[in-house]
Amino acid sequence: MTPAFLIIAVLTIVAAAGAMTLRNLIHCALAVAVAFVGLAAAYLQLNAQFVGFAQILVYVGAVAIVIVFAALLTRGGEPSSEAIFSKTWFAGLGVTIAVLGVLTWAITRSVVTQRETAPAPEVTVKQIGDALMTKYVLPLEVIGLLLTAALIGAVIIAMRDEVKK
Amino acid sequence: MLGEGIIKGMAETARNFLGSYVSAERLTTVQYPEERAPQIENARQFPFLVFDGQDPIQGLRCVGCQICEKECPPKCIYIVKSKDKRADYKGQLQLYPATFDIDLSVCMSCQICVEVCPFEAIKMDTAYELSTTDRFGGLLVNKTQLAKSNEHYRKIHPTDAAVSDTVLAAEVAKAQAKVKAEAETKAKAAAEAKAKVAASAGPQPAPALTV
Amino acid sequence: MSEFDQIFVTLKHWLLGQLANVVPGALLPVLSALLSIAAIIMVFATLFAIMTILERKGLGRIQNRFGPNRVGPFGFLQPAADGIKALIKEDLVPRAADKVVHLLAPVMLVVPALLVYAVLPIGRNMVAIDFDAGLLFFFAVGAASELAVFMAGWSSRNKYALLGAMRAVAQMVSYEIPLILSTVSVVMITGTLSPVKMVEAQVGQGGWLPAWFVFTPWGFAGFVLFMIAANAEANRSPFDLPEGESELVAGYFTEYSGFKFALFFLAEYLGLFAVSGLGITLFLGGWQAPFPALEFIPSWAWFFAKLLGLIVLFIWTRGTLPRLRVDQLMNFAWKFMLPLALINLLTAAVWHYMPPGSPRWLVCSGMVVGPYVLLGRGLLAGKHVAKRIYRYAE
Repeated sequence: MTPAFLIIAVLTIVAAAGAMTLRNLIHCALAVAVAFVGLAAAYLQLNAQFVGFAQILVYVGAVAIVIVFAALLTRGGEPSSEAIFSKTWFAGLGVTIAVLGVLTWAITRSVVTQRETAPAPEVTVKQIGDALMTKYVLPLEVIGLLLTAALIGAVIIAMRDEVKK
Repeated sequence: MLGEGIIKGMAETARNFLGSYVSAERLTTVQYPEERAPQIENARQFPFLVFDGQDPIQGLRCVGCQICEKECPPKCIYIVKSKDKRADYKGQLQLYPATFDIDLSVCMSCQICVEVCPFEAIKMDTAYELSTTDRFGGLLVNKTQLAKSNEHYRKIHPTDAAVSDTVLAAEVAKAQAKVKAEAETKAKAAAEAKAKVAASAGPQPAPALTV
Repeated sequence: MSEFDQIFVTLKHWLLGQLANVVPGALLPVLSALLSIAAIIMVFATLFAIMTILERKGLGRIQNRFGPNRVGPFGFLQPAADGIKALIKEDLVPRAADKVVHLLAPVMLVVPALLVYAVLPIGRNMVAIDFDAGLLFFFAVGAASELAVFMAGWSSRNKYALLGAMRAVAQMVSYEIPLILSTVSVVMITGTLSPVKMVEAQVGQGGWLPAWFVFTPWGFAGFVLFMIAANAEANRSPFDLPEGESELVAGYFTEYSGFKFALFFLAEYLGLFAVSGLGITLFLGGWQAPFPALEFIPSWAWFFAKLLGLIVLFIWTRGTLPRLRVDQLMNFAWKFMLPLALINLLTAAVWHYMPPGSPRWLVCSGMVVGPYVLLGRGLLAGKHVAKRIYRYAE
């Protein structure tokens, strides 16, 4: 465990905890963004440049923006004068513990743990591109189709209703 | 086609850019402390008090009537009347302002004081560089600071000054005519009295009633 | 050529060699990075100062004014006066503001603006980090500034600031797509995401022109799209409606004063330089001289000469074009820039697979000009554009 990893891990976990516990919605969204950056840093730490930068580009540049926009366009951005932590923390804690338990059980039972860890390969962007265009072309196309459908759906929702006479 | 207008606009701004280095009449900026734009005649800033003659205080036309003080919308004029009287420009005995203060920071340059003054005593000045380091005292000007000669008024507002001078001259002429008429009436009365005395003494030819 | 060209690289190595005698070896990589960072900050902060005075004087001349001409010879010390003024001004924070976010926002804006310079090759062998995915790094870090803009607008607790931030974020998200798509054509042709390799791909002469991508149909279209999108990303006129002074009183940085306000400007201009630098790297041959005969001029000088040229272009557009309306801005991004950028990708592919020669030029030029005309007409469709008659103004 290197010092760099320790810093990144602490940053990510504290930010994620903040995102769960803070009362102000916008503060939560900003904390989520920090957690995303922490994750990206972890990817970079593992020498996965492409994934790390894509993580920042997509999650900080787009997803966090969508979250804050959603928080602003709905109501609830107002911070209340009450305590800083959410009142329903015990329910959240229960859900968290349950999810953690399921995940731990699944991981320990999984065959992945029995495998030996291979040395991390040096992957260039070119190799990722080649893999996406050959081996994984079908999943890529399916995701593309899905996103296009989502885009068209968004346009239809946003389209002005024609006035019927 | 799209973009045509943008190219036209770019050409226009480029012409402006280059032209400003070539032709001086494009640059209309007056670089203020070094050069000044000439003032138009009707420019006005703040009031001043007109005086005639040499002594600024003795020659003030103001008689302390306080009309301007009452009319001033922001109430920036403060006048204290004098106890004694002195002769004004037409020789009439008048009060004069013992104190005449204007708070220029309150004045709104409306010129109402000038409009209401029956004595042509207060006029608008054109001085505009009045900045001072003292916020309260610096802009509260007194009689001495306000007094400016009629020559100054003639210089800054020639047309208005000419009108004002005519009015004053007419006033003086009227006053003199009145004095003369009074003198004549007095003379006539004296003559009549004399004639009466003479008539009682004996018959006399009727006095020539010359008017 | 090579000695003068590499003078800064040599200087850095010499400095590191000297430092190696004094400090332990483990610290040397840190010191090397610090040297690069210091150089980048100094050079581009100076460029910021130069640009502010150039912009103010240039805009003045465009509007037939003098511009600042009081401080120093011809007013060229004005940036120093502005800097001192910004430093000694009172730092006001609104009582209702979210203090922490309010403080973090300008910092969050400047940091990415500086970070992106790490991957820009500003001369031969002069790049701070040669990432394999450098272009992706550039856009990823640049995208973080949107969040900073939002933070600034939201934490101020001011309607104008929030409106400005919403507008700015909407605009930046919209124009990021054409910005990235226009660069993807270069990525397709060069087959790499590394800016250094992209510059190397533009070496040499193609006919009587340098082999820069801007001298190809798809490259030219990509360059124009890139510059327009860059202009919008930097929130500069005619896309300055997030900070429109007349309607939003400076938008998301309404509630900032003093040095924080200056930081916003610094970030804006640094972002502008960075994106111009990327445009140079992708389309204008990077630090290369246009002709081999001109190669005696060092590579970094070429980079900054091109950068200065683009800056002049930005100032010129700002002096010319009026501000767009929000709907015009969005229509332009989604109905004009986006389709054109997508078609441009196809053009680049066609260019790649056709044999060199005039047919290739003809086909690709047609593929660029045709959609441009058609989309331009679509943008104007149903609108009566005529000379405006003013009833009272004249």
